[in-house]
Amino acid sequence: MAEENKAPAAASGDRPERSDRGPRGPRPGGGPGGPREGGRKFFRRKKVCKFCVEKIEAVNYKDVRLLAQFVAESGKITPRRLTGVCTPHQRRLSRAIKQARNIALLPFAGRAQ
Amino acid sequence: MNRNYELMFIVRPDMVDEDLSKLISTLESSVTSAGGTAKSEIWGKRRLAYRVGKFNDGVFVLMIIDATGAVIHEVERRLRVTEPVIKFLTVRMDEELKRLDKIKKLRDAKKKVSAQPSVVATPAAGEPAAEPPAPASV
Repeated sequence: MAEENKAPAAASGDRPERSDRGPRGPRPGGGPGGPREGGRKFFRRKKVCKFCVEKIEAVNYKDVRLLAQFVAESGKITPRRLTGVCTPHQRRLSRAIKQARNIALLPFAGRAQ
Repeated sequence: MNRNYELMFIVRPDMVDEDLSKLISTLESSVTSAGGTAKSEIWGKRRLAYRVGKFNDGVFVLMIIDATGAVIHEVERRLRVTEPVIKFLTVRMDEELKRLDKIKKLRDAKKKVSAQPSVVATPAAGEPAAEPPAPASV
């Protein structure tokens, strides 16, 4: 019983490491907020959508510096669960990133040389 | 029906400036002759995120066009046959601009509403805070 409780806690402990991969700017801590049942208790800041907080409405493919914050080093679009971007904004963001890739502003894969 | 488009294209880095300005002016004139408006800005030489053909750099040009779809089609065809152009992308912006306008209007309206009551609210908030202790002491 005690071991069963430990297993999920350990699995969730791996999360912050994974989320640290991307070359992102200031971002609130990873993982879900609030204390956790069983095992150690984590207190993490609730993630907030950067676009909602800073009131950025125009997500444009030309704004490479903004888009690059939401692209992992591998060139992948960072998932919402790691960045905390809300659904409507993630939709626009992913579209803008794809457009930027098409015009060679962002890489499809790997780091920009 | 005129719509707003953003057309971005990349020309090879070894293109001469005069040829580039000539290309831009021909594109612009083909838009304006068909009853549209075009405005272009040259971003200059930039590193590409990945190799295109055998190029690692390119000169980026952004054109903002107000025209019909047929005109855009023609401009795209021209770009395709122009050899120094290595990549282009057209994005329709009118819906997006409309959306942004709406949001901006909404925000301005909200600002005006919130600015007025806040002036009234501050003295009103001060009074109730001062009043309740008095009845409690009596």
